[in-house]
Amino acid sequence: MDYPFDAIVVGAGGAGLWAALELAREGVNTAVLTKLYPTRSHTGTAQGGVCAALGNLEEDHWEWHMFDTVKGGDYLVDQDAAEVLAREAIETVIELEHMGLPFNRTPDGKIDQRKFGGHTSNYGEAAVRRSCFAADRTGHMILQTLYQQCIKHGVRFFDEYQVVDLLFEGGEPAKGGRAAGVVAYRVADGQLHTFRSKAVLLATGGFGRMFRITSNAHSLTGDGVALCYRHGIPLEDMEFFQFHPTGIVGIGILLSEAARGEGGTLLNDKGERFMERYAPKLMELAPRDMVSRAMYQEIRAGRGIGGKDYLYLDVRHLGRKVIEEKLPDITEFARIYEGVEPLTEPVPVQPTAHYAMGGIPTNVSAEVVRDEKNTVVPGLFAAGECACVSVHGANRLGTNSLVDLLVFGRRAGRQMARYAGTVERPGPIADATAPVHAQLEAIRSRESKGESVAKIRHELADVMMDNVGVYRDGRLLTAALAKVRELEERNGAVSIGDCGTVFNTDLLEANEMGYLLDLAEVTVVGALARTESRGAHSREDFPERNDARWLKHTLAYRGPKGPTLKYKPVSITRFEPKPRTY
Amino acid sequence: MNVDLRILRYDPERDQAPHWENYQLTVDPMDRVLDLLIKVKAEQDGSLSFRRSCGHGICGSDAMLINNRNRLACRIRVDQLGRKISVAPLPGLPVVKDVVVEMSGFFGKYRSVKPYLINEQPEPERERRQSPEDRARFDDTTKCILCAACTTSCPSFWARPEYVGPAAIVQAHRFIFDSRDEGAAERLEILSDEDGVWRCRTIFNCVEACPRGINITRAILEVSSAIVGRRG
Repeated sequence: MDYPFDAIVVGAGGAGLWAALELAREGVNTAVLTKLYPTRSHTGTAQGGVCAALGNLEEDHWEWHMFDTVKGGDYLVDQDAAEVLAREAIETVIELEHMGLPFNRTPDGKIDQRKFGGHTSNYGEAAVRRSCFAADRTGHMILQTLYQQCIKHGVRFFDEYQVVDLLFEGGEPAKGGRAAGVVAYRVADGQLHTFRSKAVLLATGGFGRMFRITSNAHSLTGDGVALCYRHGIPLEDMEFFQFHPTGIVGIGILLSEAARGEGGTLLNDKGERFMERYAPKLMELAPRDMVSRAMYQEIRAGRGIGGKDYLYLDVRHLGRKVIEEKLPDITEFARIYEGVEPLTEPVPVQPTAHYAMGGIPTNVSAEVVRDEKNTVVPGLFAAGECACVSVHGANRLGTNSLVDLLVFGRRAGRQMARYAGTVERPGPIADATAPVHAQLEAIRSRESKGESVAKIRHELADVMMDNVGVYRDGRLLTAALAKVRELEERNGAVSIGDCGTVFNTDLLEANEMGYLLDLAEVTVVGALARTESRGAHSREDFPERNDARWLKHTLAYRGPKGPTLKYKPVSITRFEPKPRTY
Repeated sequence: MNVDLRILRYDPERDQAPHWENYQLTVDPMDRVLDLLIKVKAEQDGSLSFRRSCGHGICGSDAMLINNRNRLACRIRVDQLGRKISVAPLPGLPVVKDVVVEMSGFFGKYRSVKPYLINEQPEPERERRQSPEDRARFDDTTKCILCAACTTSCPSFWARPEYVGPAAIVQAHRFIFDSRDEGAAERLEILSDEDGVWRCRTIFNCVEACPRGINITRAILEVSSAIVGRRG
């Protein structure tokens, strides 16, 4: 089929749904394509809240939120974007409430707010109550609320249509081509469909599945990011990947920072609150990169629980009422996945691969940019975790992922509507589905003697976790690069066990494996080149931040022999870089 | 430990009818059924199809019939089930392949109850106020993840597939009892027709099936009472 639309949204998480809503309100003929059902998107698993300087419980200002975001990102944040984030956080949260989001309430009926890591009053003085929340299922309520509004406004959804290629008119983006649509694989029957469109938004989320221990959904394989890379668009700051301190041991499921925001503590084997040695002012509410490193230090010093590779998160002293009313879901997670009762026992935790700070470079209007001069790719947009605006710099603060996808999802929708009013719809593209058809058929028709996708996936996840995790060094990264390239080679010969057309997840997983390998290579190459430590990128052989040389964004272009790196400057408007202490 | 895993397989391109296949696996007692399915797909038969995403009971993708009860595969452990485990698609929905079922009818019913806030008043500058008590009134039904475990466990739904079903009523309840909403009358009208709330026979299967612990039968009774109250 060839479907003509004026706007296509790829991905139905928070960013995609809000963009679709804006487009629908403007009367733009829009389709949302998702490889899942919209309510299965990963936004739904966000727990702790969404920060906005509402000041409902104590004094707060968007300038403080902006400062915390810049400092939290170890000054690699583009400050023009951080200003947009912090200012518009307030109106987007209010708008969500108007849409019906069931926030927890203060006694006088306002949106309740709680503390969160790295969010402070008066430029770093003390933790501030900034996170607006709905128990510990804030993301679930955001996803539900936005989906509800899309239904109300008649947005058209193509559920279980997986986008497998991007279409351009007038040449590839590097040659000045404009976005012209996408090719999607219908999961139910394996048919390829062309969706022509003036504007295309990529809102496909992250790619944490390249790591062994991750909070990320199985579906987070970086589809949109990899497709941009394959079409010659560079990827920005991919070496910065956040490890969240409190994942469930072994499997990485997230236990929200809200547990610490409500007063939960981290303990080592001796029962010490070890964070007092690493961040005396903010303690457990220091930013995630610092807490995760502190945990690794404790484990290395033999102070992990029983000498093992995990520590304790303790919420017992919060009492039953707080735990059951404000942290019900994560309490259940501890019970189900660890067999631990948080009301009476401390919960074993270890850092888990959580969030990609890097991704598809965009400007503050969510337009994709393709070079060091920020040249816009006409008609192509990106928002949410797959994009790099960059509001998170080298390390994202808790809740700012939700702020990011709300603020920039909304901006994307508005800018797409404006853009769609100014251009003609692209005409039919000859053989639009041919390249991806050939690619998928090559996988499907291979003889059943090769390795399985699962084997490649496990080996990639192991090397990324062990060599490209919380701590890195040149030797580990060099070894990782060789391994990733070996896996890319081997992945070209994997065979699958399903040659059918109906709901063939084996084929789709093999295809996604290619995306993850591309992105892993870019991550490692960027990390190897960046000979400093900044935010989540911590090089033991280069332990200091080096602003003179490295206060700049990485741009990785696809080349014949792997990624080629270029750099672009950081936007600094209000806050000069300073040493980062908490 | 070793487990015998039995899966009801069906590939419309190859099979006349669904049939059971057996798999022997060595697993950890703390593994979830989803881990077992992933293991079968990775090591024994790549053609096994199932939906999964978040893997911890929030996205609602992997509801299926496990040891004769509707549950999420990612939320039930081997040690809770024992050595013999059977997995089949959710009952009462058309099977696409293996344990993947056709969900469009289910989501159609969800849409039919106007699952969105209806309030035509001008929006205030800041948030609408809502007391913690008013917020608590509908807290339970905000937890629904639309996994379909409840609706497909309901004998009234099996007997009459047109029945709107517990999940849609839960979603309607979430708005009917929200102090900010003004659409209760429209929704109660929709739910009072012959395929609405009166089909509920308070069998409680839905409550047992709900992975989010929602007291669904109570929500349905509250909606029925509201209909009766309105008529009275």
